[in-house]
Amino acid sequence: MVLAFSGRHPLSLLLLWIALALAASARGELAIEITQGVDAPVPVAVVPFAWQGRGRPPEDLGKIIRFDLARSGQFAMTAPEDMLSLPSRPEELYVRDWRVQGIAYVLLGSVRPTESGLEARYALFDVFAERLLFEETLEARAGQLRALAHRISDRAYEQLTGIPGAFSTRLLYVVAQNIATEAETFRLEMADADGANAQTLLKSREPILSASWSPDGQTVVYVSFETGKPAIYLQEIATGRREKLTDFEGLNGSPVFSPDGMELALVLSAGGNPDIFVLNLETRKLRQLTRHFAIDTEPSWTADGEAVIFTSNRGGGPQIYKMNVRSRAIERLTFVGDYNARARVLADGRYLIFVHRQDGTFHIATQDLERGTVQILTETSLDESPSVAPNGSMAIYATRSNGRGILAVVSIDGRVKYRLPSTEGDVREPAWSPFL
Amino acid sequence: MNRMSLRTLLLSLLAALVLAGCQSTGDAEVTPEPEVQEATAEAAPAAPPMVTPAPRPVTNEEGFPLDASGRPIGYVFYFEFDRTELKPRARALLAEHAEYLKENGSVRITIQGHADERGTREYNLALGERRASAVRDYLQSMGVASSQLRIVSYGEERPVDPRSTESAWSKNRRVELAY
Repeated sequence: MVLAFSGRHPLSLLLLWIALALAASARGELAIEITQGVDAPVPVAVVPFAWQGRGRPPEDLGKIIRFDLARSGQFAMTAPEDMLSLPSRPEELYVRDWRVQGIAYVLLGSVRPTESGLEARYALFDVFAERLLFEETLEARAGQLRALAHRISDRAYEQLTGIPGAFSTRLLYVVAQNIATEAETFRLEMADADGANAQTLLKSREPILSASWSPDGQTVVYVSFETGKPAIYLQEIATGRREKLTDFEGLNGSPVFSPDGMELALVLSAGGNPDIFVLNLETRKLRQLTRHFAIDTEPSWTADGEAVIFTSNRGGGPQIYKMNVRSRAIERLTFVGDYNARARVLADGRYLIFVHRQDGTFHIATQDLERGTVQILTETSLDESPSVAPNGSMAIYATRSNGRGILAVVSIDGRVKYRLPSTEGDVREPAWSPFL
Repeated sequence: MNRMSLRTLLLSLLAALVLAGCQSTGDAEVTPEPEVQEATAEAAPAAPPMVTPAPRPVTNEEGFPLDASGRPIGYVFYFEFDRTELKPRARALLAEHAEYLKENGSVRITIQGHADERGTREYNLALGERRASAVRDYLQSMGVASSQLRIVSYGEERPVDPRSTESAWSKNRRVELAY
């Protein structure tokens, strides 16, 4: 991994350019480039972790944690070569070494191999208050060193921000290669939230899209054209077991689990028209929610499961609507702009995140549902498929850069941005997992 | 009936033309246009120019090119952004396909709807389906049996031109007939 800070912009934005080569990743496909952080990031040092085993450690936990926290955009991370000392226990920490550098918090620790795997002992220290915030141990199975690091990042992040960290989560995405040629292929991939440990869940010569997670993170649903037409499939991650759920004439699209995991909202056009349906996963019964001659598509659920929001062009162009699942009452939610589509409601129920066209360019935007105000979060173009991290802090989305599809992340307040450039193919259709 | 016999006449005429074309290709003495020959000769005097006469376009009375079986060759129909209406030229060409399909009742086709990359993927799938449906409905209105027509939408997943330019987008917003 290579860490390179370009330094601070004198006035406003701190521009961090971090090029991270994921040597540990099996495929090495996604790297991370942080393009924008908050105005006044909190200075944090993560000391390289001491290894209390024989030989060399498989990987430095400190390095993985440093990148996790840097990716949040909320912290200015100290490079190890700038540290005046390298303590691994709170007793070894000299407050002055850190205070002179203006560092606010120090995370330090050690890791040792155990009979069953690994054990990390770590502590977070508040330099100005001269106070130990926590000192804990965590265990992991052998080979789970990165997962262990992400758990520690989650703890530190929550302690420092009050919001649970989402570093131990995963991403789904589709990689398309050799598009518009005979050798076209599509892969549904799953990787850690930092892009590491990519693995292929499905490979096909036909398009794959609209992948999303079950609420327990054990199952994914997606649309695959493998039979020459779209059908919705469910796949268990651990076993790879697959099941074709719907294969009607016409569209079979946009599958999304209800918050309780019992139902799936989806789109079918067998009736001649794309409408929103709900499939009960136990009884396998379908019920039709919308019945309109316009296009109704891209459903998603409100956090309480009481309403489904969807895209419809019933008013002319695509806009976001909300339907109460019981009363079937429909309400239009978006009014700013002539193209608003594929919305998700944030867990707090107050904000909507969606694809919004402004001056012919497609951006990711949020709308405050109480005030009706729209905020455009991205400066890139052809942005689509926003998916929010389970802690509600960030959204991952697909965009294009240098003629290639890539994934990018933006904080919900628009202040923090990073990109996950790929080394091959077009990357698209990201879906952030729930807490795992 | 009248149209049928006219068509048959036309087809035999076309067959004759094609045959004539074959004969002339088989002929050793192909005489290209003199100016061309001169220009080529001046540019590269050592290499004798390879001349392959372009296949003579076979058209019907409306001016649409047909293949040897009498099926219209053009099978791609273009659309405006976020629109699903057929353009006049598309209607005229579709009418030719309708004629062919009616005369060949056992022929089944897949009508593939596509969209450009702008906008969201599932909305574009719906849009592609709308475009394919517009083509299907038009063919049916011309008397083609619904059993001959199947539609599938690929949305923006199968571009002809993967670039992000106006010209690429206009090529990708299309319906293709697959015989």
